[in-house]
Amino acid sequence: MIKIADAFAKGKAFIPFITCGDPDLETTEKLIPAMAAAGADLIELGIPFSDPTAEGPVIQDANLRALSGGVTTDKIFDMVRRVRPQLSIPLVFMTYANVIYSYGADRFLKTAAEIGISGIIVPDVPFEEKQEFEPICQKYGIAQISMIAPTSHDRIRAIAEQANGFLYCVSSLGVTGTRTSITTDIGGMVKLVKEVQDIPCAVGFGISTPEQAESMCRQADGAIVGSAIVKLIAKYGRDCVKPVTEYVASMKEGCRKAETVCL
Amino acid sequence: MSKGRFGIHGGQYIPETLMNAVNELEEAYRFYKNDPAFNAELEELLKNYVGRPSLLYYAEKMTKDLGGAKIYLKREDLNHTGSHKINNALAQCLLAKKMGKTRVIAETGAGQHGVATATAAALLGLECEVYMGRLDCERQALNVYRMRLLGTKVHPVDSGTATLKDAVSETFREWVSRIDDTHYVLGSVMGPHPFPAMIRDFQAVISKEIKQQMLELEGRLPDAVIACVGGGSNAIGAFYNFIEDKEVQLIGCEAAGRGVDTKETAATLSTGRLGIFHGMKSYFCQDEYGQIAPVYSISAGLDYPGVGPEHAMLFDSGRAQYVPVTDDEAVEAFEYLSRVEGIIPAIESAHAVAHARKLAPTMSKDKIIVINVSGRGDKDVAAIARYRGEDIHD
Repeated sequence: MIKIADAFAKGKAFIPFITCGDPDLETTEKLIPAMAAAGADLIELGIPFSDPTAEGPVIQDANLRALSGGVTTDKIFDMVRRVRPQLSIPLVFMTYANVIYSYGADRFLKTAAEIGISGIIVPDVPFEEKQEFEPICQKYGIAQISMIAPTSHDRIRAIAEQANGFLYCVSSLGVTGTRTSITTDIGGMVKLVKEVQDIPCAVGFGISTPEQAESMCRQADGAIVGSAIVKLIAKYGRDCVKPVTEYVASMKEGCRKAETVCL
Repeated sequence: MSKGRFGIHGGQYIPETLMNAVNELEEAYRFYKNDPAFNAELEELLKNYVGRPSLLYYAEKMTKDLGGAKIYLKREDLNHTGSHKINNALAQCLLAKKMGKTRVIAETGAGQHGVATATAAALLGLECEVYMGRLDCERQALNVYRMRLLGTKVHPVDSGTATLKDAVSETFREWVSRIDDTHYVLGSVMGPHPFPAMIRDFQAVISKEIKQQMLELEGRLPDAVIACVGGGSNAIGAFYNFIEDKEVQLIGCEAAGRGVDTKETAATLSTGRLGIFHGMKSYFCQDEYGQIAPVYSISAGLDYPGVGPEHAMLFDSGRAQYVPVTDDEAVEAFEYLSRVEGIIPAIESAHAVAHARKLAPTMSKDKIIVINVSGRGDKDVAAIARYRGEDIHD
């Protein structure tokens, strides 16, 4: 299986997020290889949930569009099964605890491993509840990706010690969505993590411009972008592949700039 | 197993960003619940501001009319602001103030918890903002205006189904973006630990009083305690001090809406499955892929797709029973209690009255039922009139 570490092996990583089935699964199936070709190093695939409590309005709407289009977990598994062989980068699922729990965590994670998913990100499963899915993730070789936030403070060490795959650094308070500025000391958070474990750190929440991606990548190992891409999908619908591809290429370029030494 | 478990239920299924906030709350609550000064201040407010203890009233006419068990009404509707919600709202606002918070936020369904929080915030000098589904703002316009009068800003919520569950989601989203000075006054025994246990403790005064009053009036415990259940705060409050008294039957009444065999229902324990949502593991109305179901009830306060984790545990163990009550039955009970006892109950509480009407005649005259009348029905009058085809102004 392709490992999450591969995404960070060639320099700073750009990690786009899309909601599967927004606007429909055929478009998602085209977007995934197109984003990979444009420079995405890892792709987060959102399985929609009716009540995504960690999302801002942009991704909430994407979840609703996908669900009203009739997307289900099984249809998403089938789509990944078709698209996976075309890719050489890792894929992870981003979804809410109930989607996995109600499907049957074992059945969900077993299928995810079979179709080539490398990890899961579940924003409503914090460190304290990790054991809900962790033993099953281990059984099937899937990384449960942990998150740290600006409010984590003395929790960072414990979370970092047990982190798998990469560490998702939440850039700011609040829900997902684009922000004009990020004021958190990301570099400080990342430093704390690396003292405990040498694990890649990617920053998400609020990033939308190549300049922000560059700035985040100077302080961490990668940048995660969701809402800005989902906005393009909302705007262009089925014709979104070209604008999204161009956007991903520009963001990847921003990440690359961070690889040059800053004097 | 993680903290705050009731059997397999409960836990803390929330984003990392909120973990330190709930840990801080847990620590503060653990300290203040044993702090004599905090408890004295709260008791003083409950006595002189809320009007506790609330009466336990013998409903003689209803008892005679039904011809079976003796019926007592626990009059939470007589509390200041008109429902049991003030017990918890006042306690949490006081706790928030002790924690140095200057702002509180809350969700509300029927508006009773919003009004209670707005009231407590006004009294204690806290800034207050309430999130309420747009649909609920329309069905409970009176309560929206009451909150505004109390100096609270009401935010209509348009996301999802625009009802209670969406108001809860939106309040969590607001809390994640502003934690330092803000406490989330959750209104029911749900959400992540420590909310279910803490709110239960704040509502347990109901069963503590029922027990004392019953022993004074009848020299014994009741045979059954009946309460309506949405998230379940008035029910857990009415049940809690009887859980160890196995001879007391505990009955929760869920909102069946148009019936448990229809999709227009909010009866979680009758129709739901185990799940993880809004910070807790419990039972939820959901589809086969775990998408939360758009529930329905005439009662905005019971129109919630989940139930508190302690109820889920009492359901699993069989210690409490949960029965569905339809809109029709609740509306009839609303009218019945008004006509027979001169007490207009909240449409939520009318669900409990409806079940008592079925149960009492099956019990002998030496048996005793206590119904928790969790709130008063003034707020529902216009909606019930509409239900009966009459259009009156709110």
